[in-house]
Amino acid sequence: MTEDIILSTSGLTKDFGGFTAVNGVDLKVRRGTIHALIGPNGAGKTTCFNLLTKFLAPTKGAIVYNGRDITRQKPAEIARLGLVRSFQISAVFPQLSVKTNVRIALQRKRGDSFDFWRSEAVLKPLDEEALRLVEAVGLSAFAELPAVELSYGRKRALEIATTLALDPEMMLLDEPMAGMGREDVERIEQLIRKVSENRTILMVEHNLSVVASLCDHITVLARGQVLAEGDYAHVSKDPRVIEAYIGSGVGHAH
Amino acid sequence: MADIAATDAPAAARSSGEADKGTLRLHRAIMIGIAIALVIAPFVAYPVFVMKVLCFALFALAFNLLLGYGGLLSFGHAAYFGMASYVCAFTAKNWGLTPELAILLGTAVSGGLGLVFGALAIRRQGIYFAMITLALAQMVFFFSLQTPRFTGGEDGIQAVPRGKLFGLIDLADDRALYWLVAAIFMAGLLAMYRIIHSPFGQVCKAIRDNEPRAISLGYRANQYKLAVFVLSAMLAGLAGSTKAIVFQLASLTDVHWSMSGEVVLMTLVGGLGTVFGPIAGALVIVSMQNYLASLGAWVTVVQGVIFVICVMTFREGIVGVISKWIGKPL
Repeated sequence: MTEDIILSTSGLTKDFGGFTAVNGVDLKVRRGTIHALIGPNGAGKTTCFNLLTKFLAPTKGAIVYNGRDITRQKPAEIARLGLVRSFQISAVFPQLSVKTNVRIALQRKRGDSFDFWRSEAVLKPLDEEALRLVEAVGLSAFAELPAVELSYGRKRALEIATTLALDPEMMLLDEPMAGMGREDVERIEQLIRKVSENRTILMVEHNLSVVASLCDHITVLARGQVLAEGDYAHVSKDPRVIEAYIGSGVGHAH
Repeated sequence: MADIAATDAPAAARSSGEADKGTLRLHRAIMIGIAIALVIAPFVAYPVFVMKVLCFALFALAFNLLLGYGGLLSFGHAAYFGMASYVCAFTAKNWGLTPELAILLGTAVSGGLGLVFGALAIRRQGIYFAMITLALAQMVFFFSLQTPRFTGGEDGIQAVPRGKLFGLIDLADDRALYWLVAAIFMAGLLAMYRIIHSPFGQVCKAIRDNEPRAISLGYRANQYKLAVFVLSAMLAGLAGSTKAIVFQLASLTDVHWSMSGEVVLMTLVGGLGTVFGPIAGALVIVSMQNYLASLGAWVTVVQGVIFVICVMTFREGIVGVISKWIGKPL
């Protein structure tokens, strides 16, 4: 099969002083898909995620993004290559306004912002696009509010707007629905579906109904290794997967 | 979600340095107010006292730039203040430099020192960062103690000539010197204000708020932290150099760790992360030291009590509390 692979790992391994959290994972993410990384608690999803985003350094193995080996790159560098992550805890800049949060990301287009002698008035041209992104995630009414005052669900929405501001080729979302109410889940789900056009998304997610409806391809991790791969229908019937979820059955586990 | 009601509350003064139009206008008005106060001050107060306040206010502004807007707690800012003070005093006295050149040289040396120390310290975070800055500052203190040919050791560098500004204007007169110091202070304040409201300042505030997130957006956080560290060290150096000219003295007090503590105190009392707080803090602390001088060693006790009261009852500091009242960042 000649597939267009945007991100792949080979033999990705992470040791934490004797404990192998991620063990020889081979992952292939096809361009333009929404790919989910699921698995029971302690399966190594978050470690795997942090390896891909360079917030952890792998013990062994390689990571290739767009044909380029990024195994030894720093986190800020891969963001510059168009591979942008979100965080499990809501990652906003709490004391900055909603608009400024998004504008910080837009500022990246100017390159590095070391110009401490210039007035921030030079950032004015970015405001329009910032407000457009804020509107896209339904936060227009809160544009001037410090991000700290937003509810949890809205912080997540703001975070997605900020990530989108970089116009990344690939987004890595770490449990985008964690701790959200039903309404917020639906809103964010729609948002992810909307932004997935022309993009590749890899997400770690616990909410299996979201995974079922949103994701094209699923990789199941257990004890740091790949247990199964395929679409939801295929994976959810795999007896090893059902067993890994301690017999509760994948279909009911939400 | 549960806290939706809270999101409808008006934007509190917490968002430090957010620039809506009303706030900018208010800040401009305060700047003009400060400028007017500076013009009147030497006629109603003892000029040397006002100059002392201005030097320490500038020092506190430098510290606040680093902690309030860069999120970096340095426990060794005396190193940059004191080293600049020594360099300025030494070059003015022994090399016969004019005061403006001596001050600029002191500022530049502090910037260089900040570059080296900052590069070492930003490798660690939080309390470790603070400890490294303290350790490096203690090295500067012992260096100053052990090199009497440069620093005058225990005696310090005394009788520093105030000299002639640009070789023309004699600064021996307190009034003449006052205008120079007031101009330097105003320039420092405006520079600080511009820095925190620049594109660079925006990124610094973002890193202060959430460093991993700023990195994930592609910002090389350490380079920004180092840059703000150097800028802060230079402003501290400007304050230290100016102080050396004003008091015609550079001494071990300037590089002592207690000086680093004093600047923390001024900033916290005035209001951390506010634009004008450090000025208010410096005014309060320096006034206390001056007017309570008759109490002798008890001044430090009184200072300690005030510090405790501040931290316990109004952690936002004087200006922070006012800012909360009027609902606008100051």
